[in-house]
Amino acid sequence: MLARVHSFAIDGVETRRVTVEADVRLGLPAFNVVGLADKSVREARERVRGAIQNTGFEFPQKRITVNLAPAYLRKEGPHFDLPLAIAVLAASGQIASEALEDCAFIGELSMYGLVSPVRGSLAVAEGARRAGLRRLMLPASRAAEGALVEGIEALGVESLAHAVAVLRDEAPPIASAPVAEREAVDDPVDLADVRGHDGLIGVIEIAAAGGHNLFMHGPPGTGKTMLARRLPTLLPPLTREEAVEVTRIHSIAGLHTGGGLIAERPFRAPHHLVSPSALVGGGATPKPGEITLAHRGVLFLDELSEFNRNTLEALRQPLEDGRVVVVRAQRVLTFPTRAMLVAASNPCPCGLGDPGCRCSAAERSRHERRLSGPLLDRIDLTVHVPRPSAAALRGQGSPSSAAIRERVVAARARQTARLAGTQATCNAHMTPAMLRELAAVTASARRALFERHDAEGLTARGHHRVLRVARTVADLDGSARVGSEHIHTALAVRSDMSPTAVAA
Amino acid sequence: MIDACGNCLRRTELIAWLAGRIEQEWRLRRGRPQLLALGDAALLAWAGLPDVGRQYAAFAPAFAADRLTAAGLGAVCRCSERYPAGLRELPDPPAVIHFAGDAGLLAGDGAALVGARNPTAYGREVAAALARGLGAAGVTVVSGMAMGVDSVAHAAALEAGRTVAVLATGADRPYPARSHQLHRRIAERGCVVSELPPGHAPRRWAFPARNRLIAALSAGTVVVEGGEKSGSLITADFAAELGRFVAAVPGPITSRMSAGPHLLLKAGAELVRSVEDVLDLLHGVGAVHAPMVIGAGEPPPPAARPAHVAADVPAHLRTLLRRVEGGAGSLAELATGADGLTVARDLGELEQRGLVTRVFGGRYIRSLA
Repeated sequence: MLARVHSFAIDGVETRRVTVEADVRLGLPAFNVVGLADKSVREARERVRGAIQNTGFEFPQKRITVNLAPAYLRKEGPHFDLPLAIAVLAASGQIASEALEDCAFIGELSMYGLVSPVRGSLAVAEGARRAGLRRLMLPASRAAEGALVEGIEALGVESLAHAVAVLRDEAPPIASAPVAEREAVDDPVDLADVRGHDGLIGVIEIAAAGGHNLFMHGPPGTGKTMLARRLPTLLPPLTREEAVEVTRIHSIAGLHTGGGLIAERPFRAPHHLVSPSALVGGGATPKPGEITLAHRGVLFLDELSEFNRNTLEALRQPLEDGRVVVVRAQRVLTFPTRAMLVAASNPCPCGLGDPGCRCSAAERSRHERRLSGPLLDRIDLTVHVPRPSAAALRGQGSPSSAAIRERVVAARARQTARLAGTQATCNAHMTPAMLRELAAVTASARRALFERHDAEGLTARGHHRVLRVARTVADLDGSARVGSEHIHTALAVRSDMSPTAVAA
Repeated sequence: MIDACGNCLRRTELIAWLAGRIEQEWRLRRGRPQLLALGDAALLAWAGLPDVGRQYAAFAPAFAADRLTAAGLGAVCRCSERYPAGLRELPDPPAVIHFAGDAGLLAGDGAALVGARNPTAYGREVAAALARGLGAAGVTVVSGMAMGVDSVAHAAALEAGRTVAVLATGADRPYPARSHQLHRRIAERGCVVSELPPGHAPRRWAFPARNRLIAALSAGTVVVEGGEKSGSLITADFAAELGRFVAAVPGPITSRMSAGPHLLLKAGAELVRSVEDVLDLLHGVGAVHAPMVIGAGEPPPPAARPAHVAADVPAHLRTLLRRVEGGAGSLAELATGADGLTVARDLGELEQRGLVTRVFGGRYIRSLA
């Protein structure tokens, strides 16, 4: 007898439909899985056999062949256990195959027949809707995640027995927990926690409002990480589509523990020993990298000068294009990478800075050379973060994230209106042509900028960076035009990466 | 132009042959190399290297002269009248001075400008302003082409005038190697000199030895920045022993980089606040004024003093400027509350007016004229 069950393979951060075809016929008892299944899928045979028998169903003593179609697609992961078991049960007549028609299955089985959680439930649910299916049977703890997709009925099941009962209409599925649309954050952070950096809040606000990449320069322990950590709370709240996208990525990466949508923008801070493929995505079976996990949020690189040069080089294209293409022999995967970059560095390797520095000239120049790499070409804002004084630490906290976020949202609304019909979504992504046509720079502002240009040989790229930032400053100001005062502010926070060295 | 006798060329070769042996000795004793004052025979006897003795005996001056020509260097020995007079005052004058460029600059009327290899932004700014001003005033700036203050001083002096670089390697060999462009520019428009033969590799003893030449080839030495054990202090010592003036640029007492100059000042060195102070030391008080710049129409930067504050600078900018002068350099230090962006705007405007300068990493310092 033959049975067919729908499931999905995870391919990067997308899913591909997979049909599990089971054929049970007379012959020497055997259980074969074909169709480019990797080790974890081939091991599923033992789990499926154990689960079926230990649940009290009959494991057919016949020749069983399961094909995972399409055969060219590599399948991996333990989430094929449940569809495999269901297919075997249907092919041996223990479940009516009509019940399987419009339903997709994912889930890992234990030898006891329990269904364990799997990664990527949300992505599978989206795939099921695209494939025109109406129901998705998945581990009970992931039911809420599957239910996020409209038009898909999520059938949470706890065990193989439960799954069969649901398919036979003998038991109800586990209702997805009352959909916690916005998952609460365990340890909420707020800008109000920051003390002693009042002067920098404005710069952080510019970064958030224009989506500008930010570089913080200052001695260790002064709060660079603390500020960066709070940047996501200043960005506009995730829209529903963005939240679904973020949840899907995090679910596939195994970072999302079920439940509803991720409500907070992600913040990722990889260690400086991270490899290029861990940062931008890759590996034999390509996995999303840190920058994809930071998609729609903030990627924070502390100790920028300690990162391997190749690693930083690998970031350039993803930062520019908003996506990264990973090519492997058999396939080409695209990961989204629209993240804001925040980098931080000590002023020199010993971290003490000018007056107390103990570094040799060679160490310092190596440090500065590493910092002046092409990655910093993509950074619009630089700010010095000094050690706050004791008085400042005792003083008032910063304004709350919510207050700043309100202004950021207003500034973003202006940008969206101005950039409608272009590729860009915020000022940081404006091309030179857009700056020319849309930035509305007054003549006096232009003059002010050109004077600086002459005075210190601002590069063309530096020129555009200042204009982009000035545009954001004007947006925060509620001004339609970029005046010279906006240019002045932008100049004070610009990134000019040539170290002051004259000839040395 | 090669104006060197066989004996002097042989003496130079001998030092080069014994460079490794001298290095060993220097490692044991540190401090200034004493051996250069010994005569040839005494040196050979001290070294006790028979091979070198044989080479010494077989030395052919024509060979050394050919090598100088091939390297494009000139040479003048202490038997010649053209030998720089300043060097004769040394207890251990070099036998031959090798040079690339204009040997006329070795007259000894210039000022040495030396300092730390890793100066602060302030040190760079001061070194550049002093060198530029001295260059514009027609004073030759003598230094050692090391990284940091030395290189900044050479580069700034070249903008407005002439400069002499004294190397601890062969005069045709840029050291540090990354300064090769600076080396070429100085050879073209100033003069690069060394007591060692062409192509000679750097040796640690050669740096303090080089410092004695810097002191001897200038009318006085100005130390910009340096730690308490800085090589610049050795140069200052030599200058003092030769009876030349020693001057130093003060800095914050909290800065390690100003510890060296402060040590000198405490010991009675002249204090330098501007180019005029150096010109006064060179020519007598008020004898020569820092000149206006000739050329591109711009007035030359006359002195290392804060840029002039025009009358139309509004009060709030003046207040901010005073705080920058007081040492507050970054936005976070200058902002008093949630006025960060206002302060940023004002800093931008001050920079526009040329009153402050933004340095690496986003700090501001007061501009010097």
